[in-house]
Amino acid sequence: MSKSPEAVAASHPHAHGHHEDGFLRKYVFSIDHKVIGVQYALTSLCFLFFGFTLMMLMRWQLAYPGSPIPLIGALLGESAAPGGIMAPEFYNSLGAMHGTIMVFLGVVPLAVGAFGNFVVPLQIGAPDMAFPKLNMASYWCFLPGGLVMLASFFVPGGAANSGWTSYAPLSNIATTGQTLWLFGMVLLITSSLLGSVNFIVTIIQLRARGLTYMRFPFFVWAQLVTSFLLLLAFPPLEAAGVLQLMDRLAGTSFFLPTGLVVSGVPVDASGGGSPLLWQHLFWFLAHPEVYVLILPAMGIVAEIIANNTRKPLWGYKSLVYSVIFLGFMSFIVWAHHMFMTGMGTTISNFFQTTTMIISIPSVVILSALFLSLWGGSIRYTTPMLFALGFLPMFGIGGLTGLPLGLAASDIHLHDTYYVIGHFHYVVAPGTILALFAGIYYWFPKVTGRKMNETLGKIHFWGTIVCMNIVFMPMFIQGLAGVSRRLYDGGQQYAHAQGVLEWNVVMSMGAWTLALAQIPFFINFFRSIRKGEKVKDGNTWEATTLEWTAAPSPPVAHGNFPVEPVVYRGPYEYSAPGFAQGYAPQNAPEKA
Amino acid sequence: MQIPYTVDVRPDTGLYNAKLGIWLFLASEVMLFGALFSTYILLRVAAPVWPHGSDILNVPLATVNTMVLITSSVTMVMTWVALKLKQFGRARMWLTLTFLCGVGFMVIKSIEYSAKFSHHLYPSTNTFMAIYFTLTGLHGLHVLGGMLVMAYFLGPGARMWNTEPERYTNRIEVLGLYWHFVDLVWIFLFPVLYLL
Amino acid sequence: MSESHAHDVSKHVKSYVLVFVGLAVLTAVTVWIAGLQHTVMAGVVLALIIATIKGSMVASFFMHLISERKGIYWVLALTAIFFLALIFLPLGAFMDQQGTPLHSTGAVETSSHHVP
Repeated sequence: MSKSPEAVAASHPHAHGHHEDGFLRKYVFSIDHKVIGVQYALTSLCFLFFGFTLMMLMRWQLAYPGSPIPLIGALLGESAAPGGIMAPEFYNSLGAMHGTIMVFLGVVPLAVGAFGNFVVPLQIGAPDMAFPKLNMASYWCFLPGGLVMLASFFVPGGAANSGWTSYAPLSNIATTGQTLWLFGMVLLITSSLLGSVNFIVTIIQLRARGLTYMRFPFFVWAQLVTSFLLLLAFPPLEAAGVLQLMDRLAGTSFFLPTGLVVSGVPVDASGGGSPLLWQHLFWFLAHPEVYVLILPAMGIVAEIIANNTRKPLWGYKSLVYSVIFLGFMSFIVWAHHMFMTGMGTTISNFFQTTTMIISIPSVVILSALFLSLWGGSIRYTTPMLFALGFLPMFGIGGLTGLPLGLAASDIHLHDTYYVIGHFHYVVAPGTILALFAGIYYWFPKVTGRKMNETLGKIHFWGTIVCMNIVFMPMFIQGLAGVSRRLYDGGQQYAHAQGVLEWNVVMSMGAWTLALAQIPFFINFFRSIRKGEKVKDGNTWEATTLEWTAAPSPPVAHGNFPVEPVVYRGPYEYSAPGFAQGYAPQNAPEKA
Repeated sequence: MQIPYTVDVRPDTGLYNAKLGIWLFLASEVMLFGALFSTYILLRVAAPVWPHGSDILNVPLATVNTMVLITSSVTMVMTWVALKLKQFGRARMWLTLTFLCGVGFMVIKSIEYSAKFSHHLYPSTNTFMAIYFTLTGLHGLHVLGGMLVMAYFLGPGARMWNTEPERYTNRIEVLGLYWHFVDLVWIFLFPVLYLL
Repeated sequence: MSESHAHDVSKHVKSYVLVFVGLAVLTAVTVWIAGLQHTVMAGVVLALIIATIKGSMVASFFMHLISERKGIYWVLALTAIFFLALIFLPLGAFMDQQGTPLHSTGAVETSSHHVP
């Protein structure tokens, strides 16, 4: 008595005729992966925008330290900005929350929660995720987690200000905002864990007939590995969060060393704890987390490059093996963030070696994507421009990581602006460019309308130029020895004087970057109502199932009018024998 | 629209969705408790002095609790066996026994905790007590969680046996996997905290 | 079909009872060993070996791992590797420190607890 999907559909003939759901059920507490994907997208874009404004505030202080912030200064209140001048503690809050919000409330929910949720079931030919109610629960843990984070700005002492890394013992003794940060993180981690279980089961169990592992679109592989990273790397941070909450609320000393004195007063705790313990537990998650940030982006870029070169990706197998190897290695490199904590040479060598090894699959993936351009008939659509822009930007980000991964050079560069330049290159002109690419690419699938190409191109050029203006000078400042997290941008230090003028340049770049997003906002919202309607479901003449087997937008319940069956790999572009010049994954031989 | 493989297994993986799901969840739980065990090890290695668990903690009570949990694992798997044999009445009995074992475990745990508190031993007293309360506390919360789900399947959730018996059996199997894992964690917790 | 099914199940039940007895015995052994005189290191190793045996019995028979599918084994193998990394690598970092050497593990022998 095996219930194949056809038998299931046959035994429930009333599936299409059931009663209409009310507004709340349909749009707020939906269990449909497409609605949840859109919820994640809109929420995370709001958080991304908010995190961006925090940074723009910081950049005023960095460019003009100690001068009153125009317009906004008066609105920030006397504790955050007395006389409109940013207080150091408030600068630290902005820094900690900018990082936290961008990573945990912006990029990951957009890359995984939005793109993963919407696209993956469609790309594998599934009617929905394996556990639709769990999917809804994931979103409804994420949103409260984010709101708790936002609420922390309004408690006495302000938001968390011990860095997004919340190092002990500073975070232990910080104000209430840190406690809210910890509660927010617990909610976000729960959301993530529920989601990762859902993704893995969905991909393995609900893929269509004929969709073997080596026929997955690379985007699906990227999401599968990402989900394993989230599943196994987040729990130690959840444990660490609980331990820090116990330190702050129950008086334990997990992270408080013996004999700690704060402002001349010995801390009233048992001591015996270890600040380094926090660092190990934090980075055990936070390193795989950076691969969570990049892998979905690589997946998006891969899809768009194959589609817009009209040829299969170069080295599909090496891409797959590389992403699996990368995921595995990412668990055993974390202490390269801790080279300056007094670890001996043996253990430092171990982590340095694993870090060097992990650069290999990264290079393979980037090279395969570059090589995929060779001999292609390139269509310079807006998604393709963003995808192409990703490649050299991720190259710079990745290469600048090498001196950080080598313990000796890291001595000079650790905790300087060089680090900030490195990771922003990977995430901002890297992942965020890829996420924009994905928005322009899949917008027609979600809405049935295309975004405007001209506005898209203006958005692209403005964004990529400004991002480089903001982040390239950071390498110069870092090499000169300017430390990160300085609320005056290095003004007090003799060794920083020669590179201080870059602060003004970078701030101008950041504010111009904000202006460069205006065409995107206009385009996004106008196209929902007034964008050019797509003629058929396959706007970009793509081969993968979300384009070939589902209309735009997909069927409300079940995605596909007919359950797809897969006959070939994902990128059979320019395949001979097919009238349209490419072979859809679900078309039988020689349609 | 129906999600396939909620009851029957997918032929090539041999799994139904919830079974893969619960094993993945248990994998993440291994990492969660692993972080706490790692914490225990690091705090102990770095400490100039560290007590013998048996000098502070109640070994006899914890030994009883170990047997209670092991017994509850047996009754849990017998629940699933009874459902496989379509003996719902016996299954209810076994599941109720499992639930009662959980109650017993939590009662003994409360006795232990209140004894500690009455001797002014709190998490804030030293790092040994801190990790003891955290490890056993988190484990206890997991026991409570399992008991909640058992109560659901004995109560309102039992209706599913009449409408979709196979799906109900699968759900009990999934609950059983979770419960055995909770037992497994205690099997390591007990010697590490109480005996070493 | 139900007869052989019932027969299979009764074989399973026998194994459950045997495992229960084994677990009970091993629990008693664990407590007994703890009472003997030995170094901390020996105590740790013995306790962990016995706990691992007990845990394997629970996993193999109660959780049916012994007859489970390959995919589950892969997930658990991966988890085991990362679990060991989480336990041993930070320990390695603590043991291999520059400058002041750590207190040796022998120093934790004292029976009275220390309240700083």
